[in-house]
Amino acid sequence: MAKKPEIDNVTGVDTTGHEWDGIKELNNPLPKWWVWTWYACILWAVVYMVFYPAWPTLTGYTKGLLGYSQRQLVADNLAAAKAAQTKFIDAVATKSLGEIQQNPELLRFALAGGKASFKDNCAPCHGRGAEGRTGYPNLNDDDWLWGGTPSAIYESIRFGIRSTHDDTRMSDMPKFGPDEILDTAQISDVANYVLSLSGTNSDEQSVTRGAAIFKENCASCHADDGAGMAALGAPNLKDALWLYGSSKEEVTTSINTGRGGVMPHWTGRLNDTTIKELTLYVHSLGGGQ
Amino acid sequence: MIDVINRAGGDDTSRGKSRDVSGDAAPGIERHEVKAVNAAANRELYASQKAIYPKRVYGTFRNLKWLAMALTLGVYYLLPWIRWERGENLPNQAFLIDFSNQRILMFGLEIWAQEFYYVTGLLVVATLLLYLITALAGRVWCGYSCPQTVWTDLMIAVERFWQGDRNARMRLDKGPWSFAKIWKKLATHITWIVISVATGGMMVFYFRDAPTLMMEFINFEAPAIAYIFLGVFAGTTYLLGGFAREQVCTYMCPWPRIQGALFDADSLLVTYHDKRGEPRGPHKKGESWDDRGDCISCRQCVVVCPMGIDIRDGPQLECIQCALCVDACNSIMDKIGRPKNLISYDSYRSLETSAEGDHTKWKLIRPRTITYSVLLLAVCALMGYGLLSKSTVDVSVLRDRNPLFVRQSDGGVRNGYTLKILNKHYETRSFKISTDGLPNPEISMVGIGDEKNSIDVPSDDLRILRIYIKVPRNDLDKLSAEIADFDFSVLDLKDNSVSKRSTTFRRPK
Repeated sequence: MAKKPEIDNVTGVDTTGHEWDGIKELNNPLPKWWVWTWYACILWAVVYMVFYPAWPTLTGYTKGLLGYSQRQLVADNLAAAKAAQTKFIDAVATKSLGEIQQNPELLRFALAGGKASFKDNCAPCHGRGAEGRTGYPNLNDDDWLWGGTPSAIYESIRFGIRSTHDDTRMSDMPKFGPDEILDTAQISDVANYVLSLSGTNSDEQSVTRGAAIFKENCASCHADDGAGMAALGAPNLKDALWLYGSSKEEVTTSINTGRGGVMPHWTGRLNDTTIKELTLYVHSLGGGQ
Repeated sequence: MIDVINRAGGDDTSRGKSRDVSGDAAPGIERHEVKAVNAAANRELYASQKAIYPKRVYGTFRNLKWLAMALTLGVYYLLPWIRWERGENLPNQAFLIDFSNQRILMFGLEIWAQEFYYVTGLLVVATLLLYLITALAGRVWCGYSCPQTVWTDLMIAVERFWQGDRNARMRLDKGPWSFAKIWKKLATHITWIVISVATGGMMVFYFRDAPTLMMEFINFEAPAIAYIFLGVFAGTTYLLGGFAREQVCTYMCPWPRIQGALFDADSLLVTYHDKRGEPRGPHKKGESWDDRGDCISCRQCVVVCPMGIDIRDGPQLECIQCALCVDACNSIMDKIGRPKNLISYDSYRSLETSAEGDHTKWKLIRPRTITYSVLLLAVCALMGYGLLSKSTVDVSVLRDRNPLFVRQSDGGVRNGYTLKILNKHYETRSFKISTDGLPNPEISMVGIGDEKNSIDVPSDDLRILRIYIKVPRNDLDKLSAEIADFDFSVLDLKDNSVSKRSTTFRRPK
């Protein structure tokens, strides 16, 4: 600088000569290495633009010499994750349900897969926690219409219940009222008897009449003592669980019009590995036999 | 810049033979013709770094700095090599930041990732300690124990070892390239690089078993990341300690700016007592000390300064308060028979009042320092309590949220729980699980059976259990409420200690 710098009295620092409203800019010099570091960063940015995607163009963007793409990276990572799972998926596909249950590592994998598939496919009817609702069984409890062993669950999922599959699980409860098998009074008696099986009725005469009617009309499926028959999907009438409700009205309706929920078959829609995983998951919910 | 007028061999004893007497500050005291390179008057728009050649100095604070260097470097270089027996599953390194297992091992203490708040606490303690020390005595951290200061000091010592003291180094830098200059510079840089690699290498040992990693380094089998970080830390040590030095403190570090807000008028700062020192000027033999200051303008305080400033200009941002100028000045005051501490640790208030002849004592206990101390003690107490009551078995209970309960066919109600047992002991432990507060619960643990069976948890491991509890139909009414509180008790079969976790049991309305 040609002119002798003016020194600011307060700080003892010279000024740059720039002044706004009487405020003068102090010259606290930037270190030169700092300036050079800044130039180096600019240079780095230019190099980066050459090698990496950087600028938008009208139709896309500059790709850069290295061909780096985050989209591709994600695709590669997903493929790698899939490849890493192959070992387990193959094992689930080839081993039996019992063998998988004996292998903790494989079981963990199958349960994780089953949990995800359950939420995708089964939760709309059975609920996200498999807790069920009226007409859709709770899969956590120990009551199974068609059996709670792994192989029974496996079959239920594969072929469905009253589904359109040829091998579907099938049973038909008569419509005792409309089919004119029983009259209204008889249905009422049977309802009282059925409720008494789980200890919730008081009219003894009606129960006694109902017992006789039950033996004739119902015992062939629900068994003499009302314990049901898993092979026919006939529910246990002695327990505390009621798929369609436990009030007199609801039980009467069940007898009058019959019940027959439908579950679709999943074979053909889900692959066998997924169905196996679902089986193991449902079996693991706490009621599996 | 005016450089040193150097008189070869002109030590103190040869003063009588010296022709240029005007160069002396006082008889026998060499006067350096030097301007402080970082003084405000010498600045340009973009400043090149100007070489600083700190002179060797002897004295109390220099010794303190050597001690601080020995301690900090000693701890840094030796800590990873201390062993600590932890059983077979765990590394036996006393201090290890174990990223792969997400924990920090410190002698008998283990900090797991979920206990990271202890590290936060440690940082809070460190911060408060810095505040307190800064309020008491200024930039003690910067002057004595900051890694930048310590390594710069070490690098300067190396430089001095190969190239000689200030004057010799300046002569060498000004002189033409000769064989002597080349080997002296080469030796300096080789030593710097060795120190840097050792520094960078040691940093890596904090993250992996040190002896193993050492062998891997020797055999070139260490993981790439180890070499990369060794390179990064070695490079920064070489660059920041060897070259950047005071630039780091002045331009890169935010701490000087923060510290500026932490002093007050009572903080002890390295201070030049200008009332006593001025008017300054060379002192001739036999001259009276009346009507003049004690500063003889020998500029020893300037030449020893590693930051390249003149403490006599007053408090400055650049000053790291290492007090080397205090040592330098005191040795001079000794020689000329004047009282010591023309430059010394003193507070601004004391400086003001002593000028009026009323020397107030330092006021170390004041609201600011009391506040910091109380906070410090509180956080330390909290940490201490936390660490002392830290359990070596961690139990947590997660109750199922969907479904909240399951009615069973016999009318009983089942609730599901996920129980996690974390065993931080250095051995496998067995546990038994029971419940408190439920009527006739039937407990079943998936894969284990009922509560009579014990559960083994390997050392240093987490075991996750699925537990179902059923309350029979007839006992449902005995539950305290629709949502009943109860405890899981986890009994450690080895030392009979019980960990309890409360949770709830739900039944239908």
